[in-house]
Amino acid sequence: MISVRNINKTFGKQQVLYDVGADFQSGRVNLIIGQSGQGKSVLAKCMVGLHEVDSGQILFDGRDFTSMDKSDRAEIRQEIGMLFQGSALFDSMTVEENVKFPLSMFTKMTKKEMQDRVDFCLDRVNLQGRNALYPSECSGGMQKRVGIARAIAMNPKYLFCDEPNSGLDPKTAIVIDSLIKDITYEYGITTIVITHDMNSVMEIGDNVIFIHQGKKWWEGDRHTIITTDNPEIEAFVFASEFMKKIRSSLKERIK
Amino acid sequence: MSIFWRMLMDELQFIGINSIPIVALMSTFMGAVISLQTASNMDSPLLPAYTVGYITQSSIILEFSPTIISLILAGKVGSNIASEIGTMRITEQIDALEIMGVNSINHLMLPKILASILYFPVLIVFSMFLGMFGGFLALVISDLQTTETYILGLRSWFDPYNIFYALTKTVAFGFIIVSISSFYGYYVKGGSLDVGKASTKAVVVSSVVILIANFIITKLMLL
Ligand SMILES: Nc1ncnc2c1ncn2[C@@H]1O[C@H](COP(=O)(O)OP(=O)(O)OP(=O)(O)O)[C@@H](O)[C@H]1O
Ligand SMILES: [Mg+2]
Repeated sequence: MISVRNINKTFGKQQVLYDVGADFQSGRVNLIIGQSGQGKSVLAKCMVGLHEVDSGQILFDGRDFTSMDKSDRAEIRQEIGMLFQGSALFDSMTVEENVKFPLSMFTKMTKKEMQDRVDFCLDRVNLQGRNALYPSECSGGMQKRVGIARAIAMNPKYLFCDEPNSGLDPKTAIVIDSLIKDITYEYGITTIVITHDMNSVMEIGDNVIFIHQGKKWWEGDRHTIITTDNPEIEAFVFASEFMKKIRSSLKERIK
Repeated sequence: MSIFWRMLMDELQFIGINSIPIVALMSTFMGAVISLQTASNMDSPLLPAYTVGYITQSSIILEFSPTIISLILAGKVGSNIASEIGTMRITEQIDALEIMGVNSINHLMLPKILASILYFPVLIVFSMFLGMFGGFLALVISDLQTTETYILGLRSWFDPYNIFYALTKTVAFGFIIVSISSFYGYYVKGGSLDVGKASTKAVVVSSVVILIANFIITKLMLL
């Protein structure tokens, strides 16, 4: 479980996060949703220490990450897998080398074991046989999937995915969503997914946090998000006419 | 540590092998020009003919190869390092390293520093030979001197300490180029425009620091 307590974060004069607090349970898919530029990525980066928070606490299973020194943090980070919004693949390395990188840095696996692990991870994101491509030769969606493969290579305890399926076609998006869901349940990972995609919210949202204007505006799950009367949620989730129709029919049925 | 070795090899290839053509071209032509200029200035019956070879040799060893070639390399290698690391910064590759628990500064800089310390001296010795060979081409081929006189000049008052001095400078300059350029790349903020600015800045600052370091090292080692 990751607990976030009263995080504040400013960049210069601009305050991006106000007193954000939340618990992210293990073995569940926790979603962070919200409009563009509201601080979702900043929140995730604060949680893993890529941004220093101004105040507040972040606890990884009770271990206070905020007050740790560099070497203790590095230990926790080996338990973290992260998919960045822009994939952040190492562009001097092939797909295979990207996925293998954390393994060869931090494990004592044999060549064969590493190869098996790499193939397994690439297989799970439907990229078998693409080992030798360079990131520049991959499409945006493929890069995302390589990013996920790299993030899960080390069997992380905590998995962060910043918009894992933006830029993917609906079918691949579903494949990625169910992959994230499966490994979360299978290995009891604490998973945090940032997304805009309502489809994902409905499919995998065990716990949903809505960030608005840098604050935790609302918290619930994929069921309560339909029935809530919170106006900002309505405006965000049911922005289109189509979604509005779906919502009213769903509400009817629930009644 | 196979990743480290691979990165070191890549850097040796990039810093070392890929710089050979420009170093060769510069050194041969500059050596030729230095010897011609010296020959035209030393056109006095009081001076023995081999003075030309001697002066060519010492200008190349003391100053041209270690300093001028390092300045050229600051432009080529420095801008490249800054833009490579800067791009890794803005595309979050450095964040990705940090997230894995990798010490990104060590990981990125160590192979580059090692490669430059290993290979800059090789390049500079190579440049010295080619510079003197350029002088030979200019003087002997254009019939201004005989081979014997020129070689006699090159060997006169030859002091191995000068080579030591030159290579010490070279190692310092290599270190300056890599560390300053990495620094500017690593701390880029913003987008690709800022990467461009950082790489220009890296070249300017490393060149200035090289000039100052050159002065200090010379004062310490030669006087
Ligand atoms: N490194 C930074 N320096 C300064 N300001 C930043 C930095 N990173 C983010 N911000 C600011 O913080 C705010 C929130 O940005 P963030 O990236 O968290 O948005 P987001 O919710 O992830 O949006 P999107 O859905 O578009 O990715 C923005 O106003 C942005 O300008
Ligand atoms: Mg974002």
